[in-house]
Amino acid sequence: MSLFNDPRWTEALTHLPDYLGNHVRVSVAALALGLAVSLPLAIVARDKPLLRGTLLGLASIVQTVPGLALLALFYPLLLALAALTLSWFGVGFSAFGFLPAVLALALYSMLPVLRNTITGLLGVDAAIVEAAQGVGMTPRQSLFTVELPLALPVMMAGIRTAAVWVIGTATLSTPIGQTSLGNYIFAGLQTQNWVFVLFGCIAAAVLALTVDQLLALIENGLRNRSRVRAALGGLGLAALIAATLVPSARSQSSYAVGAKTFTEQYVLSSLIAQRLQAAGLSATIRAGLGSNVIFDALVAGDIDVYVDYSGTLWINQFHHTDNKPRTELLADLKATLAKQDITLFGELGFENAYALVMTRKRADELGIRSISDLAARAPNMSIAGDYEIFSRPEWAGIQKTYGLSFRSQRQMQPDFMYAAVASGEVDVIAGYTSDGLIAKYDLVMLQDNKHAIPPYDAVLLLSPKRKDDQKLKAALQPLAGKIDIAAMREANLRASGNDASSSPDAVARWLWDKVGGK
Amino acid sequence: MPVTPLIAYVHVGKSFDGGRVVAVDDVSLEVAEGEFVAVVGGSGSGKTTLLRLANRLIEADRGRIAVEGEDVSRIDPILLRRRIGYVFQSGGLFPHLSVAANIGITPSLLGWPQAEIAKRVDDLLDLVRLDRAQYRERLPHELSGGQRQRVGVARALAARPRIVLMDEPFGALDPLTRDALGEDYRALHRELGLTTVMITHDMTEAILLADRVAVMRSGRLLAEGTPAELSTSADAYVGELLRTPRRQAERLGALLPRDGAA
Repeated sequence: MSLFNDPRWTEALTHLPDYLGNHVRVSVAALALGLAVSLPLAIVARDKPLLRGTLLGLASIVQTVPGLALLALFYPLLLALAALTLSWFGVGFSAFGFLPAVLALALYSMLPVLRNTITGLLGVDAAIVEAAQGVGMTPRQSLFTVELPLALPVMMAGIRTAAVWVIGTATLSTPIGQTSLGNYIFAGLQTQNWVFVLFGCIAAAVLALTVDQLLALIENGLRNRSRVRAALGGLGLAALIAATLVPSARSQSSYAVGAKTFTEQYVLSSLIAQRLQAAGLSATIRAGLGSNVIFDALVAGDIDVYVDYSGTLWINQFHHTDNKPRTELLADLKATLAKQDITLFGELGFENAYALVMTRKRADELGIRSISDLAARAPNMSIAGDYEIFSRPEWAGIQKTYGLSFRSQRQMQPDFMYAAVASGEVDVIAGYTSDGLIAKYDLVMLQDNKHAIPPYDAVLLLSPKRKDDQKLKAALQPLAGKIDIAAMREANLRASGNDASSSPDAVARWLWDKVGGK
Repeated sequence: MPVTPLIAYVHVGKSFDGGRVVAVDDVSLEVAEGEFVAVVGGSGSGKTTLLRLANRLIEADRGRIAVEGEDVSRIDPILLRRRIGYVFQSGGLFPHLSVAANIGITPSLLGWPQAEIAKRVDDLLDLVRLDRAQYRERLPHELSGGQRQRVGVARALAARPRIVLMDEPFGALDPLTRDALGEDYRALHRELGLTTVMITHDMTEAILLADRVAVMRSGRLLAEGTPAELSTSADAYVGELLRTPRRQAERLGALLPRDGAA
């Protein structure tokens, strides 16, 4: 199958109106807010060196914060603020998606606008400003009829830079719940769907270039006093914005299904959405949410349902350090969640636990079967894990229980670490028990003979506002206890493939058939 | 000399940098209606500061300045500037505005009707001898230095001021353009009954154009009067300023044959 008649292009295209529309809306709102704040600030600060230095310094610092982190930081900030306004004024707002994305991106757009506006205004010939005074202009008249028009080319260059930055960085707003062209990229990276990744990158680049060129046209028109060119540019921008305002087909009563940023979550969210649709309910997927965001989003009701794992909630969300047997932990967790009005609706039937994984060949050679066996050899071995494992409390627990200490630790993209251990790049990885790649690469999971790793049952969680929603519960009921570890592994393996049948939707349908749902 | 001078400086002082640099030091000078006064001095003599005190582009520290009999410190500086024409060094034209918009700027700030401004711009282009049709819509960078300064003069005259202040208006021009423009302005000054104060570092230009010449050095007014009166000044610097052009003229006379092209 050639790259160009791959059906995933068509699938990508069907998401375009939604993703592109949201992307343009969030970018335009952020840029407008950024300009509304930066332009007056720059004008006020231009002849005050101290204020000017402070502003540019602050804006530069913001710029050094990685885009992903800046976006992620705004979420808890707004969440706290929303809680505050709710308790003070009785009015809350959603700290999820649009608002944090707009604020973070607006902050991001400030540096080029501030710097270029100040540079442009300071660059206006002092003799010309003096002439403006001399002919009897007020400071305001001088600013608007002389200084700003003369600074315009430099200012526009800054605005164009800001627009390109904002449009590019907006792809990172997916993990905080704002749909954007980043949805292609995040989903594609996680499910190894390179068509999606490519599509997302190209769409974002084309959008950035289009906006840049339209702004250039406006600038050119203003500079050469060509009303036609300025009007054409303005019309182009207006058309772009208007096109995205066409209401998307999402209704308010739609259920929002959340998914974290890994393959299994994409498949399970698709499965849940398909079950809801089969029951006549409308569902939308908010995929690629950061694991720090997704639970709060459920509490706040920004999403209605998602799958989490008992051990993760127990240790990372509720900060317990003790390990309990499976059923006991589940019962405790259910009670704890209920206090926050969250319904632990049920287990799916499999566990996705951390497991230390080696190649079968190497394990046999060294006679390693359990983590205790490994501990003796570990000082001469290297281990790789995903981005969080080594900073999670579970890892500290495992290390302590077994006295584990490796020669080196590396972090990598989860999809790549199985290949890394299979090729001998690293000796051990901290993998996931439900991962299909374990079978594919002929790897073995080492026994946790001292029970240091907590249970990680996949559980369905419902938001507080859905706790009495019988229709939703009825639609989800068939999933409970239905999915065994073998089926989930195979589904994950399928989803990590790189062809048309490996899309989360297709795999979810396959999984449903496989577990005998009809 | 009339009872009330149109511009009067009375013991005016101005210093910068918290008093460390004294730009204008106790200067008193009167300019009568219809007079053309040139203020001559080197760079740093305080002549430009003195000029700008009159329309409050710079505020005086000490003394009193009166324009048309009114103390300038009691007049809104914006309104004051709109009723005094000001010609800047090398034009000071707004580079993004057409010749017509540059000339019409003060009338439009004063809220004149568009039609009247357009008429005024055409009249002024005639007055400074620039072809209306050809120059009206041009941008300043499309003009020669002399043409730009003609537009600068037209802009200063646009709101029909009685007073025109000129800051080294012809300094950056080639000698032929400079001479022609000086003569043209001198004629306008007479025709329109203007009162003009011109800053220059060139004594020859001052003597040839002005009725009276004031000499400044280090912020102080050393001497003032008609060229003939100045020549009797006992001040060595004034004497040197006057002797230099004369010596140059004599040498030129000796070097150039009388029946030549000159």
